[in-house]
Amino acid sequence: MSMNNQGRPTNISDAPQIDAALSVNKSFTGNKALQIEESLIFEIGDFNGTGVDIPDLQGVPTRLGGLERNDVIGLPGLAEPETMRHFVRLSQKNYAIDMGPFPLGSCTMKHNPRLNEKMARLPGFGDLHPLQPETSVQGALELIDTLAHWLKELTGMPAVAMSPKAGAHGELCGMMAIKAAIDAKGEGETRKRVLAPESAHGTNPATAAQCGFKVDSIPADDTGRVDLEAFRAKLGPDVAGIMVTNPNTCGLFERDIRAIADAVHEVGGYFYCDGANFNAIAGKVRPGDLGIDAMHINLHKTFSTPHGGGGPGSGPTVLSEALAPYAPIPFVVNDGNGFRLVETRAAAAETKKSEGVDSFGRMTAFHGQMGMFVRALAYMLSHGADGIRQAAEDAVLNANYVQTRLRKEMTTAFDGYCMHEALFDDVFLKGTGVETIDFAKAMIDEGYHPMTMYFPLVVHGAMLIEPTESESKRELDLFCDALLSLAVKAKSGTQTQMFKAAPVHAPFRRLDETGAARKPVLRWQAEQDSKAAE
Amino acid sequence: MRYLPLNDAERQQMMQVIGVDTIDGLFTDVPKNALNADIDLPDHKGEFEVERILGKMAAKNRSAGEGGFFVGGGAYKHHIPATVDHIIQRSEFLTSYTPYQPEIAQGTLQYLFEFQTQVAALTGMDVANASMYDGSTGCAEAALMARRVTKRKRVVISGGLHPHYASVTRTNSELIGDEVVLGPMDPHASEDLTDLIDDKTSCVIVQTPDVFGNVRDLTPIAEAAHEKGVLLIAVVTEIMSLGAIKSPGSMGADIVVGEGQSIGNGLNFGGPYVGLFATKQKYVRAMPGRLCGETVDADGKRGFVLTLSTREQHIRRDKATSNICTNSGLCCLAFTVHMTLLGEAGLRKLAMLNHETACKTATALSSLDGVELVNNGFFNEFTVKLSKPAKQVVDALAEKNILGGIPASRLLPDDRDADNLLIIAATECVSDEDIAAYKAALEEVL
Repeated sequence: MSMNNQGRPTNISDAPQIDAALSVNKSFTGNKALQIEESLIFEIGDFNGTGVDIPDLQGVPTRLGGLERNDVIGLPGLAEPETMRHFVRLSQKNYAIDMGPFPLGSCTMKHNPRLNEKMARLPGFGDLHPLQPETSVQGALELIDTLAHWLKELTGMPAVAMSPKAGAHGELCGMMAIKAAIDAKGEGETRKRVLAPESAHGTNPATAAQCGFKVDSIPADDTGRVDLEAFRAKLGPDVAGIMVTNPNTCGLFERDIRAIADAVHEVGGYFYCDGANFNAIAGKVRPGDLGIDAMHINLHKTFSTPHGGGGPGSGPTVLSEALAPYAPIPFVVNDGNGFRLVETRAAAAETKKSEGVDSFGRMTAFHGQMGMFVRALAYMLSHGADGIRQAAEDAVLNANYVQTRLRKEMTTAFDGYCMHEALFDDVFLKGTGVETIDFAKAMIDEGYHPMTMYFPLVVHGAMLIEPTESESKRELDLFCDALLSLAVKAKSGTQTQMFKAAPVHAPFRRLDETGAARKPVLRWQAEQDSKAAE
Repeated sequence: MRYLPLNDAERQQMMQVIGVDTIDGLFTDVPKNALNADIDLPDHKGEFEVERILGKMAAKNRSAGEGGFFVGGGAYKHHIPATVDHIIQRSEFLTSYTPYQPEIAQGTLQYLFEFQTQVAALTGMDVANASMYDGSTGCAEAALMARRVTKRKRVVISGGLHPHYASVTRTNSELIGDEVVLGPMDPHASEDLTDLIDDKTSCVIVQTPDVFGNVRDLTPIAEAAHEKGVLLIAVVTEIMSLGAIKSPGSMGADIVVGEGQSIGNGLNFGGPYVGLFATKQKYVRAMPGRLCGETVDADGKRGFVLTLSTREQHIRRDKATSNICTNSGLCCLAFTVHMTLLGEAGLRKLAMLNHETACKTATALSSLDGVELVNNGFFNEFTVKLSKPAKQVVDALAEKNILGGIPASRLLPDDRDADNLLIIAATECVSDEDIAAYKAALEEVL
């Protein structure tokens, strides 16, 4: 299979002009009823405006060491009503999971319960400083310890590092532990190669490289899984480990996972499992039973902490007995006299447990994403073991339902059932002039956020649909009907212009990403400044 | 279960459409003896039961707002206007994804563009990215960026850098075999780093105000660094300070990293926070993290997109500038909303109020016997040398419901000279009564 290394096409130059009927009757303001145009704060506010009232100073002599700031900073201020209106108007230009299906494959956009938000805002969690005396934060440490217990139980793993700040940071944690274990055996100079499937998330090779490893790609077999023979052929004494996503990015369970684990262990390497898709099997399968050594868990996917337009995430990383001694500091222990934070290697040694005794060090200033921990634990307690299992089953059921229904008009890359996401290719669009990106943009006009497109790279024109367990059957049926109608339209070959022009009902038409990269404008500048800069 | 819309009848119907008899018919690729493992965890609970459990845990903690509070060290207790929390909880912001489809994500993209502009202005730099996980990881990434720019493998760290930031940087840089040189603890800001930097050095990392609270003039080290082709990375862990003191950019920094928590974001026991990352225009393509840029749509209307993604992991894979895949989106929004409410005038006044409060606190406490102020210039945090080990004093103060600061020994456990040093922060949330109560309690404890 050929790799698509170009990413997705972004050029808008061949987008046809919008239908004249839609351009007429432009309003004076440019607004379209509930869609209100909104300028940048720099064009609205001035440097004297403010939306906060601060008491007057008492005139105490300053002690700033002669380094007072005297320049104009360049920060406009708005009164409170103006501020509210500005950001509410902006919000109305966003699609969100609370509005409708958000079937981004590999991203897991599920419902975000508001109970979680409420719990994270309890002053006992939200208004707590990371460096307060331990005696004043016993409940917070208990929460971290409880969440750690749930994560270990659900994964069947003996240890978990809580501090990684996001999924990719968790990958880094796992690979750093592997590097430390290899160095401890004195093999740091010889074990330099990390194997990763071609279908892997880009973070896998990037993480391995950040740890100083060389990345060696393994091809996929005809069923969309790791090609076992090709994998075995690449094994050798220089292999540090393998990074495999399971379920993988094609939405399939790696059925040879134990054979992969055994083989990599046999040559002295370690097995990093990318847990981005753990939501498909949580409560059903414990990765610890499959022979893995490390796996990060995206709390913002599997345990529904909100994605927030791109973060913050949280990436606790479970570790096997072999890797636990290298876990990062700090971590929480309960030694009978209450909870303690272990913040140094020396303190780790005193715990008389294996965790962190040879810690590779610190990954972040404090103890991890506490705000996300509270939300994730609220979600887990709400679901319970039974609900977590049901959620995984419903996610897989919904994905297979969508896959089965859409196969009527669309083409899947691989045969058989899928796990939590269904992968389609662009074969059904062949010869129509409509490409994956056009199909995705037409979904926007139907009121849907598009699926993940052009990923994974091993499938041409990939469309990866992940409905999650949060969708009702009624919502899924309408979604499938809409996509089937689009597929029929595309295949008719008569409405290609409509696809090329899409979206036309969104607040914006297609944006010129190529132009943006060619001449980057990354900040606002006053007109005279930007002219002077040219 | 209240979060799951499907009922059993629908599940049956759907399985029929798919053509399986049982749900496990969809899990046939899983090794048989690994499926449906026993999970020893309780079953689902109603909303009020969950509230009860978590409420109990929360009640065991002493929150910052419950009394005298003087803890800083890279995370600060500031007042957050109610508007901020309302806006970040709007569904369209809270429950959206990374803006990969810009036509229906302009809300997120526009505030990221505003955020980048605010951060660049505040730090005095040309450009800023759409944020990092937090200040400490941003610091580590800055060292890696300096390595890419200079093609050198030696990092020099000031003895005034927050020790946890130094640890994170060391973890990341030593991993790929780079040398990390750490200056000795420097509570008086008296170190001279020029001897430590040479023509093999990629960067020198200096914090201002430093971990002991000293405001530092970066101009001399910037000049010394640039003479040897070394990049100056300035770290600002209290971003509020830039409303009162000179920007690192104006003092010659090449990369500025900061912790943005103080603007718009709560303490949250250490996270989530928002890492600020700014640099000069000429280094843009070596930056880690997401960038938002201006463009036009097919009708010529101004809009915004994620840009320069050819630096990033999803395109470049093992050649990417970083493995980072998220930013701190919602925390950026909180920052931007709060900064918009403050504006330049509000920020300056609030910063000076912080400074004034800290000055009053320093004067009151250092008038006691056995309390010696270490700093000359400071912003809202300072260090005192006590006649007793600071940890002992902090624990005794905590029993009187005053959280009096951070014993330097907690950050520098291996340095005995740190034992009697106490790092004290005082923000606008500290009242005159709080200061008086602190002074009285400290007098008793010493």
